[in-house]
Amino acid sequence: MAIQDMPGASPWTQRLLAIYGALVLFFLMLPTVIVIPMSFSDSQYLEFPPTSWSLRWYREYFGSSAWMSATWTSLLVAVLTTLLATPLGTLAAYGMHCTSDRVRNSLQLLVLMPVVVPSILVAVGVFHLYAIVDLNYSITGLVLAHTALAVPFVIITVLSSLNNYDMTQEMAARSMGASRPQAFLGITLPQIRFSVLTGAFLAFITSLDEVVVAKFISGGENATITRRMFNALRDQIDPTIAAISTCLIVVSVLALAAVQFFGARSKGRT
Amino acid sequence: MAAAAASSQSLPITVSNLVKAYGDLRVLDDVSIAIRPGEFMTLLGPSGSGKTTLLMALAGFVSPESGSIRFGEQEMITTSPHKRGVGMVFQSYALFPFMSVVENVAYPLKIRGVSPAEQKSRAEAALEMVKLGGYGGRRINQLSGGQKQRVALARAMVFEPRIILMDEPLSALDKKLREHMQIELKQLHQKLDATIVYVTHDQREALTMSDRIAVINKGRIAQLDEPKALYRRPNSLFVADFIGETVLLPVQREGDGVSLQGRKLKLATPTPSGNGPLQLVIRPELLQLDAGDDGDTNTIAGVVRQTIYQGDSVLLIIDAGDGREVSVRIATSRAGQASLPDSGSRIALGLHRDDTVVLAEQAP
Repeated sequence: MAIQDMPGASPWTQRLLAIYGALVLFFLMLPTVIVIPMSFSDSQYLEFPPTSWSLRWYREYFGSSAWMSATWTSLLVAVLTTLLATPLGTLAAYGMHCTSDRVRNSLQLLVLMPVVVPSILVAVGVFHLYAIVDLNYSITGLVLAHTALAVPFVIITVLSSLNNYDMTQEMAARSMGASRPQAFLGITLPQIRFSVLTGAFLAFITSLDEVVVAKFISGGENATITRRMFNALRDQIDPTIAAISTCLIVVSVLALAAVQFFGARSKGRT
Repeated sequence: MAAAAASSQSLPITVSNLVKAYGDLRVLDDVSIAIRPGEFMTLLGPSGSGKTTLLMALAGFVSPESGSIRFGEQEMITTSPHKRGVGMVFQSYALFPFMSVVENVAYPLKIRGVSPAEQKSRAEAALEMVKLGGYGGRRINQLSGGQKQRVALARAMVFEPRIILMDEPLSALDKKLREHMQIELKQLHQKLDATIVYVTHDQREALTMSDRIAVINKGRIAQLDEPKALYRRPNSLFVADFIGETVLLPVQREGDGVSLQGRKLKLATPTPSGNGPLQLVIRPELLQLDAGDDGDTNTIAGVVRQTIYQGDSVLLIIDAGDGREVSVRIATSRAGQASLPDSGSRIALGLHRDDTVVLAEQAP
């Protein structure tokens, strides 16, 4: 534990620090954790703590074709976004890593724009653009917009691991007869794959969690789950939202666990 | 795959008029060099001289602005690195940490589509060559620095390239191991039948290993010669100063000759032309204390100022008048010690005419 490693701190200071740390963690977790018991409530309304328990809101969620179709839309968009953003971001990071510092720095600024600009502005911009090219309310449009939002996260994670990677390994491979793609796929990629997986996870979550852009450009039968939840909250407060949120938390945690699992394995190999 | 590889005949390398510039800086300034087949050629120079750039251009990782690089008869200037068929050893070893030792060494064979059984036997044989037989199953992070270097060597030669390039491969090792590996590399070269181009900034390493040395300065080849010639007949003050221990003494032109302390010097080489200032290049170990005048020896008079014990030798600092200092290195053998003069005594130093080299301060 880092707390015990602090040299020169008195036992009291250490104890206070531990309590403080626990409080911060508790505060961070609270909104997430509170949703879970609420989803098992038997009440008509969102309440905490629940007075009686039931699975009715899960039945409500899984029984509703509208919710289910929104869920599949979201998952499909998230998966497609991940499949698009991960190779794009990885290649962009690789390209940026191989250029001069000056080019890399200006590119970095450009590439981070979608993250820095308020999502509402991105949403408005994308909406107007899509109105021209007729992509509003389409899966393609959603995937493209989410990819633009997700690529920076892939670039950042992959770029940081490339910074700790010795590129002469790739030169060595090339001198020994490997073409550039062979050297990248066979030598570099295995060593940066944890960061690629992390980037893929972030891309997946970025898309799954995204609501502002989706609010503008998705709708009809291609509405995402977050958009539908947002609308549902506006009309009536209903514990179905808590049940859906719990499911989303489970999906996110499972994805993160998968990344950690594969990451631990790939680290164990080196 | 690469046609240049997998034959066991070494190739000559011909570099002509090679230019590489970064902005206004000419890192390689019209470099031409002919490397003989099977030769151990060292590119020696201070950091930033362009020696590594030249090596990287040979490997294909640096694209020159103009010029030509030929391996044998084949023009290589636009050939990608993986088609040049050269083995390469890097300063950082550049081993693949997620592969075992034998997987590392077999990699070039795997890329070439050699069968797994042959990969294994040839990789084992290459490991045997660098005295790492039985280490194939180890992980890279279980090896010492010297062992990693041997794996890198085995990997560079396992596919029997006709040209092997080495970029300061020993500089990360400690002095003792480095000197040991120098000898071993030299022996390996004799077995390999490959042309080796070796980059280093360590002049002693270059002298120890090379058939010939190209001294590189500011993107140009200052001198290309065999180690002995380079040491004894440097063609410029830069080379004289860079190779070995050097003391420079200003000397005067006198007619078409040169004089020091009013005496005309007998020279090994012709007096440099022009009328710029001249320097006598002295190697401290070539000066003799008990200089008899046999007609072939120049003498330099001076007063002993200081005696410095350095283990294998003793360094005498001599005041040669007019604030000029000369150092003399004397072996700590019995014979050397017997005649050691005291501080303050006047002595005459002898320098054989074959060792008397005078150079112009600025190259013509």
